[in-house]
Amino acid sequence: MSGLQAYLVLAALVFAIGLFGVLTRRNAVGILLGIELMLNAVNINLVAFARFNGDLGGVVFTLFTISITVAEVAVGLAIVIAIFRVRRTVEADRLDLLRG
Amino acid sequence: MTLETVGFWVVAALLLVSSLAVVLTPNLFHAVLYLAAALVATGAVFLLLEQPFLFAVQLLLYAGGVVTIVVFAIMLTERLVGERVGQASRHPLNGAIVAAAVFAGIVGFLIQAPIRATAPAPVVDTTASIGRALVGPFAVTLELLGVLLVAALLGALYFARSEE
Repeated sequence: MSGLQAYLVLAALVFAIGLFGVLTRRNAVGILLGIELMLNAVNINLVAFARFNGDLGGVVFTLFTISITVAEVAVGLAIVIAIFRVRRTVEADRLDLLRG
Repeated sequence: MTLETVGFWVVAALLLVSSLAVVLTPNLFHAVLYLAAALVATGAVFLLLEQPFLFAVQLLLYAGGVVTIVVFAIMLTERLVGERVGQASRHPLNGAIVAAAVFAGIVGFLIQAPIRATAPAPVVDTTASIGRALVGPFAVTLELLGVLLVAALLGALYFARSEE
């Protein structure tokens, strides 16, 4: 297995693990953790391609995705806390109303 | 086996074990701590790929920022509720099948794809090159990112504000 392929397979494994977490967690915060893992796998892919193609664009893009992920987590958790205030639960299966 | 190969397998094992722990541990608080370990391991992968600046960003923003926010969110939503949310996985078999199918699909594509095996010589000072790229070809994107961060900040403040 060549160097780049090893990194890509590693990223694919982390992505699959994160997907498993998103699909199986009941808690909304747990689902967010799975999304974090999947985004991390994407970052590994970007940096690996940047390194093995000698192109800095992938690294700059990783910087952008990291920043956007942080913003996404802040808003996502704020929504979770707001939902919790109204519904008294963060269990994803029980959050099925558009109306508070 | 070179030192870099050994380092890769050690970091890969750490990353995979902590990632599995994130999705499998029943205690959500422990899951966040394992997520911090997985994020640091990802930063180590960036180090292996000779990007020390990304490693620093990863530690500061992810392992520092994201983990702190998530810990706060868990404490806010668990302490008030009295009864703890059931953390047991739902349909773990279905999730495992879907995740394994996605992984098999990606690897099946990787096997067929023509991939260059050897890395070119590394750039000597990547941090300086990143800085030049950020204010050069990616300047507009950088400004848009600033706007997005302000919007996210305002949105988070709006959602999390107190009622009175």
